[in-house]
Amino acid sequence: MSTLLITKRMTDHPTDSHTIDRYEGTGGYAQAKRALGLSRDELVEEVKASGLLGRGGAAFSAGLKWSFLAPDRPSYLVINGDESEPGTFKDRQLLERDPHQMIEGIIITAIANEVHHAFVYIRGEYPKPARRVQTAIDEAYARGYLGRGIFGSDYDLELTVHLGGGAYICGEETALINSLEGLRGEPRLKPPYFPAAKGLYMKPTIVNNVETVSNLPHILGMGADSYSGLTDSADTGTFMMSLSGHVNRPGNYELPHGITWRDLIYDIGGGMRNDKELKAWIPGGASAPWFIPSNHLDLEITKDATAAAGSMLGSGAVIVMDEDTCMVRAAERVVRFFSHESCGQCTPCREGTTWMEMILRRIEDGEGRAVDLDLLVDVSDGISIDLAWPPKMTTICPLGPSAVSPIIALRDYFRDEVQEHVVRRGCWFPGAAVKSGGASPQTPRSPGVVDVSIQGRSPAVVVSEGDRGEGPG
Amino acid sequence: MTSRDPQLVTISLNGTEHQVPEGQMIIKAAQDNGTYIPRFCWHERMNPVGMCRMCLVEIETPRGKAMVTACTNAVADGMFVDTESTEVKKAQEAILEFLLANHPLDCPVCDKGGECPLQDQALAYGPGESRFVEIKRNYEKPIPISDLVLLDRERCILCARCTRFSDEISGDPLIEFKDRGNTTQVNTFPDLPFSSYFSGNTVQICPVGALTAKPYRFRARPWDLQKVESSSMFDTAHPRIEIHSSQNEILRYTGVDNDHTNHGWLSDKDRFGFEYLRSDKRLTRPLVKRDGEMVEVDWHEALDMVANRLALIRSEDGGETTAIVGGAHGTNEDAYALSRFASDVLGTPHVDVRLDDSLASHFLAATVDRAVISDVDRADTILVWAPDLKEEHPTLYLRVRRAAQELGKTLVVVHPRATGLDDRAAHKLTYRPGGGFALLDEFGSGAHPDIDAALSADDVVVIVGAPGHADGPKLAEAVAARIRDLAGRARILPLNSRANTFGALDMGLAPDLEPGRVARKRPGKDTRQIMEALDKGEIRALVLVGADPVRDMPDPRVAAEGLLSAEYVVAIDLFHNESNAHADVILPAAGFAEKEGTVTNLEGRVQKVNRVRPAPGFARSDWSILDDLAARMDAPLGLVSEEKIAKEISENVALYAGVTHDYLEWEARDGVVVPIEGSQPFEYIPVALKGSSEPGAQFVLHSARTMYDDGVRLRFSPSLHPLAPGAVAHLNPADAPSIGLSHGSTVRVTTSQGEGEFTAALDEGTPPGVVYVPFNQSGGASLGSDPVVRVKVLT
Repeated sequence: MSTLLITKRMTDHPTDSHTIDRYEGTGGYAQAKRALGLSRDELVEEVKASGLLGRGGAAFSAGLKWSFLAPDRPSYLVINGDESEPGTFKDRQLLERDPHQMIEGIIITAIANEVHHAFVYIRGEYPKPARRVQTAIDEAYARGYLGRGIFGSDYDLELTVHLGGGAYICGEETALINSLEGLRGEPRLKPPYFPAAKGLYMKPTIVNNVETVSNLPHILGMGADSYSGLTDSADTGTFMMSLSGHVNRPGNYELPHGITWRDLIYDIGGGMRNDKELKAWIPGGASAPWFIPSNHLDLEITKDATAAAGSMLGSGAVIVMDEDTCMVRAAERVVRFFSHESCGQCTPCREGTTWMEMILRRIEDGEGRAVDLDLLVDVSDGISIDLAWPPKMTTICPLGPSAVSPIIALRDYFRDEVQEHVVRRGCWFPGAAVKSGGASPQTPRSPGVVDVSIQGRSPAVVVSEGDRGEGPG
Repeated sequence: MTSRDPQLVTISLNGTEHQVPEGQMIIKAAQDNGTYIPRFCWHERMNPVGMCRMCLVEIETPRGKAMVTACTNAVADGMFVDTESTEVKKAQEAILEFLLANHPLDCPVCDKGGECPLQDQALAYGPGESRFVEIKRNYEKPIPISDLVLLDRERCILCARCTRFSDEISGDPLIEFKDRGNTTQVNTFPDLPFSSYFSGNTVQICPVGALTAKPYRFRARPWDLQKVESSSMFDTAHPRIEIHSSQNEILRYTGVDNDHTNHGWLSDKDRFGFEYLRSDKRLTRPLVKRDGEMVEVDWHEALDMVANRLALIRSEDGGETTAIVGGAHGTNEDAYALSRFASDVLGTPHVDVRLDDSLASHFLAATVDRAVISDVDRADTILVWAPDLKEEHPTLYLRVRRAAQELGKTLVVVHPRATGLDDRAAHKLTYRPGGGFALLDEFGSGAHPDIDAALSADDVVVIVGAPGHADGPKLAEAVAARIRDLAGRARILPLNSRANTFGALDMGLAPDLEPGRVARKRPGKDTRQIMEALDKGEIRALVLVGADPVRDMPDPRVAAEGLLSAEYVVAIDLFHNESNAHADVILPAAGFAEKEGTVTNLEGRVQKVNRVRPAPGFARSDWSILDDLAARMDAPLGLVSEEKIAKEISENVALYAGVTHDYLEWEARDGVVVPIEGSQPFEYIPVALKGSSEPGAQFVLHSARTMYDDGVRLRFSPSLHPLAPGAVAHLNPADAPSIGLSHGSTVRVTTSQGEGEFTAALDEGTPPGVVYVPFNQSGGASLGSDPVVRVKVLT
């Protein structure tokens, strides 16, 4: 239970885990050198065998994704560091605290996919991580690990950092590619624009998450069998969870698959803040349908178990809500996020999410009608048919259907609470405003805002640095 | 037609099996098989974007059942497509409710009301009511985004048709989406209006009333309009249009999708260039000169006077002392009547439809290895050594642009300055005006290996015309001949100004051609020679038919002197102009849409034009005026109606055999390229000429036409005339210091043939050492065709 892989170095060496000397001193870059001697097939097979799933949200087999790369060349690699899902802050830590681990993973991925130019796309609101990554890249270039003839071989690899402009949608891989090309951040049509076939500059492109590639040095180091043997679960290796909300010890944790939600919230998370009752939690980022204690607390945290219960682990962001949380307000906050972040390209998402936000705000403000919950469900139905899981989208990308997730919770678990808002003409939870927008000082932290300031002392020992500001990079 | 027929696959569409081309999008395959899938953003002539989501259908493939957009998913063998399932209907209702949520529903005052895809599809596929009780989006409205187009962002449903058109089709991406999510809106860039020559197309394809055009705004309700098909007579490609009129007033033109010519698109000149027809400056009664004044008389008096005078001259010195210039703006029937008037009544070979600014008539009329417009879709390489197509041949511009951009054809552009196609050209050569022959000599010599390779392809379409006034008309023939030597097969598309020049040539309005592109045994004089002969007194009388040589000939002095010296001038025209100011008699003519007939475009395609309004006052068709004159001159032509004349043409002119009004109306609505079948009666053997080289002067003149100028029809089209650039001389910024010039300076530009004052514009598109002056502009003097030019800065 206590195996740490990708956060081990930063845990053991909290002050200098981001430097190239520390990285090499702890065995770094050995696997990148070894990868140069391996063929594309060998690398793809190794990663397939490891069972590594993408950590960006879709949890698709990384090796399988690589195997889909079309033969056309040049091919590109884009690392998705546009971590913008509310509640998610794991990549930030990996970028900031162990950038060389990611760079080594990038080198391995590039070799496996015959890539000679890779990009790291980092959200614009992450200036310090971006600086750390750029510094690390500069160090790697200086030592000949990037650039012309890496590690003295005849393999060239350029690596470029690109900062996003503040749009959540650019975390969607095709919108990210558009943004990287200088176009509007709008998802492309699939078909025909599957990145592995027609991606960046219409060339075959692998888009991998920061955490995904950070696992690669470990997989090559210990071998696929050992990696997949780390847990008894079908989901292999470890994974990062960003725990936030009304728990005593929020923070990032590197965990083995197979523990339960009860373990996470009451053990690792240190239980509910102020001993309040657990009301609901979002298991995998704002896009994921919500869980409630009576149904889901003892489920295993695995991809399949979560999917069977109608949700997903997504980007590993767990947002915990206690009994004082107004579900209408929480839903409104999540929907407002998606409405604000909708690219506006397709009708259901552009019009539907805004409409949903308006209805929820009306209910919260005491102007709700008895029909409004059914209307919300109907509007949701127009974006995500039957509110099914996984969504049957009427949209180009999953952003619109993501906004439907809180509505599923309201429909299935909190119908009475919604109707009571209608009957009582407003909200009775702490912090309720007569009109929306005027949050009082007693407002509980909105679930979208994450407190990462408390140091965890759990077996996983992951710390989130308290440096929110612009400390020295 | 095409060599590679696409593979057919079988799909099941709502339970019925169909064979459809592999790779075709579901929406198109369904439409071609009688099933309409509702849509807003999808447009057959543009790339799909899948944005409106209106065309969601259910498909069942071996991989399972899915709801997909029919516009972005291709058919596959064995695919089941359901466009009517409960799920599909639910999705359609949802999308329409979403689209209408923020739509202002101001249909009663919206120009689109009654012909609105949103209205129509809301009725057919919508939920019938809205549950949206919130406040709708608000924007300032309407905002003018160009001189012609206004935008109402509240009505907009963000389908990207207009933005795609301006980006993909016309190549001037001046409108784009800004902001995001619920506040996404179409807009222009700051300080950059949507000043596209093709902006009106966005109004036509807008599926709501978000884009409206000034000339039509609030002028009619669609259900009150009478609609008649015709062909535009500005562009020599004759793009197909529908004329919409109410109570005899033309209110707008819309583009009709003709696969052979315009794909439904129109330039703004072709779309909005109808205002002149209703101008109160139109001539409505015959005018004769009495004591130096033009006075109105009735037709009998005018016709008697003209007939008596022309008959007198004929009897005194023979018919050859009368010449005819013009006829390019009428129908083939008018041109045929004029041609017969020249040969049967006057007996003169001195007839010319061109105004000394054109390629040789035998070359224009040549039919061997002549290209049709759609050949650009099939060629390997397209060479454009011609006027800037964007300015003068807009339909062809769009077709060539599409061929290069969407079909990947290799485009080679040779021109004295920047052109609208440069951004899509694989190779662009710029040369000093007058240096065309020297440059041509380099072709095939290895000096331009990439271009030689491109031009040596199996199938090359060569689009040639006079790029400006400096390079003589022989250059185009030399280019055609040289590329015929280089390429596996070269098909030639010669260009000329003025809408029905090609039809008029086919009817024999050329000194060296008889009707049907047959060479005359005794050629007559061309326009320039006619003007010179008038000046010398060798020709006594001139009949001017819809022509303004004083404004339109490159060297206006020749025309002015000829007209001044002429003993007798008769003009048939719509307006007063600087040429018929010299006339003794002006006869008022019917204009476009005031008569029916046939016209022939630059590829030899004959199409029908139709009458939708009566001519104003007592104006009459050219042919009936000529018929009356002929009768009075004892040589009756026996012309009865346009339809009978067309029948006569089809019987007497071998080239036009079978081309009757009935044929064009019932069997060939998209027109037919003559001859319908059989061998070509005329062959040209162009010869490469050497000799002339570009002058060594500091500045050379490039004088060329722009889309908007001071031509008489535009002068009386109030929406378009202000768009003309005016008297401007373009120079390269690098030339500015040497003569002390700055942007906006006034300069005096002098050639051996003319001089005038112009506003200087510094412009990177004009190469150093070149002065580019748009031809025939209000306030701008004509500078002739002498390329040597002096520039003096005045302020």
